Amino acid sequence: MNEILWISLEALIKAIIILSLLLLSAAISVYLERKLSAWIQLRIGPNRVGPFGLLQPIVDVVKLIMKEDIVPNGANKFLHGLAPVISLAVAIMVWAVIPVADPIKIGDHIIQMGISPNADIGILFILAMTSVGVYGIALAGWSSNNKYSLLGGLRSSAQMISYELSMGLAILSIILISGSFSLSDIVNQQFSHWGGFRWNIFIQPLGFLIFLTTAFAETNRAPFDLPEAEQELVSGYNTEYSGMRFGMFFLAEYANMATSSAIITLLYLGGWTLPFAPSAIGLEQGTWILGLVQFVIFAIKIYLLVMFFIWVRWTVPRFRYDQLMRLGWKVLLPLALLNLILTSFGVLFINH
Amino acid sequence: MYLTTFGIVLVFFIVGALFVAVGLFTAALVRPKNPTPEKLRTYESGEIPMGSPWIQFNNRFYIIGLAYIIFDVELVLLFPWSVVYKTLGWYSFIAMVIFLMILIIGLVYDWAKGYLEWDKPNPVIPQLNELIIHRKKVNKEN
Repeated sequence: MNEILWISLEALIKAIIILSLLLLSAAISVYLERKLSAWIQLRIGPNRVGPFGLLQPIVDVVKLIMKEDIVPNGANKFLHGLAPVISLAVAIMVWAVIPVADPIKIGDHIIQMGISPNADIGILFILAMTSVGVYGIALAGWSSNNKYSLLGGLRSSAQMISYELSMGLAILSIILISGSFSLSDIVNQQFSHWGGFRWNIFIQPLGFLIFLTTAFAETNRAPFDLPEAEQELVSGYNTEYSGMRFGMFFLAEYANMATSSAIITLLYLGGWTLPFAPSAIGLEQGTWILGLVQFVIFAIKIYLLVMFFIWVRWTVPRFRYDQLMRLGWKVLLPLALLNLILTSFGVLFINH
Repeated sequence: MYLTTFGIVLVFFIVGALFVAVGLFTAALVRPKNPTPEKLRTYESGEIPMGSPWIQFNNRFYIIGLAYIIFDVELVLLFPWSVVYKTLGWYSFIAMVIFLMILIIGLVYDWAKGYLEWDKPNPVIPQLNELIIHRKKVNKEN
């Protein structure tokens, strides 16, 4: 009985820490987006609230909480309220299986770094969750009683399911190499004692490009931001949302960006591994210092990717819808199939 | 007795749900509420909305949905294969290539039939002249 209590307590503490880190990272992403877009457009960006405008995201959230929550006439009240909750819940739940460092050892108690990083179906869980994410946006579009929203929701769901296939095929190629669904196993496999030369990006360059493109499409960010194309659909599925419900979509979008960066880092960029054996600089396996160093490395990689996402958004123009569909079905899907067959051939060739 | 892997995930889910609930509850406490008819009207570029918002939309969304389901089922079948792939050898490679070929033929069929085109390839618009000529012919024969 005592043991269950301790494990539940540990799970609770980890859940609170991961959730706060996720919210913090969403806030940092919002700040980065506003500041970097300002620099790209030769503006100054937020600089009034706090030093360098660092408190701007918090003020944004306070503003959203204070705003009136409008449910338009004729909207389906239940689904209209449920849709942003689904979006945010999915964005949060993906982190349940994402590990952030090697497990650390305190006394003779081993603590996993992450909610449940040893889940042996980690990748399947992530795929399932991103599929559920479509519901949030499709329901938001359908229940708003607005033509723009409906079109935005439809576009978004068609886009997400089209690109999900190529994403799944790219992930399959990774699993062929690693032989495991667990994200910890996939990361540990990319570790080598000198340099980062066993990262999957070098083994799977085509798969990496496919996954990167689909990650942009799955998070509905430019150049794939057709669901919320401001100029034609006045922000699409969230046209009729205001106040905290809009804030939840907003939060989910930025959390998704961090999540996608984390998954790309884990699958292709070596996750939290150091470029050399930790013992070379005197760090023992299982100490909390090593855990911290690994976490920092992981966070740096995630933020470099987030900045890449932002950079692309503010420099590349948006696709037209037929171009988007052509890219998804006629370029990425055949390429992903080819990549899968080539990878399976290569794996067999090396192993037998 | 121990908490299983997904028991911990459940704890995380509960904490996340609590966070969302607290956020919405706080917002409900502090936000104003004074709806007016103009505020509640759905946005349609400043015009008064016309007709039902559940408009007829392009049926290509439906075809894309069908194609997605077929390929996604393929993926579901491929996932267990990929985990044990290293231990199975050439037999599983050939079996998988045959399986993939069936689906690639399906993709090629869709492609050739133009189901993946978002713009309709060549819309055939009936010409007025042809209709008149046809009518005259019919009249003559009578």
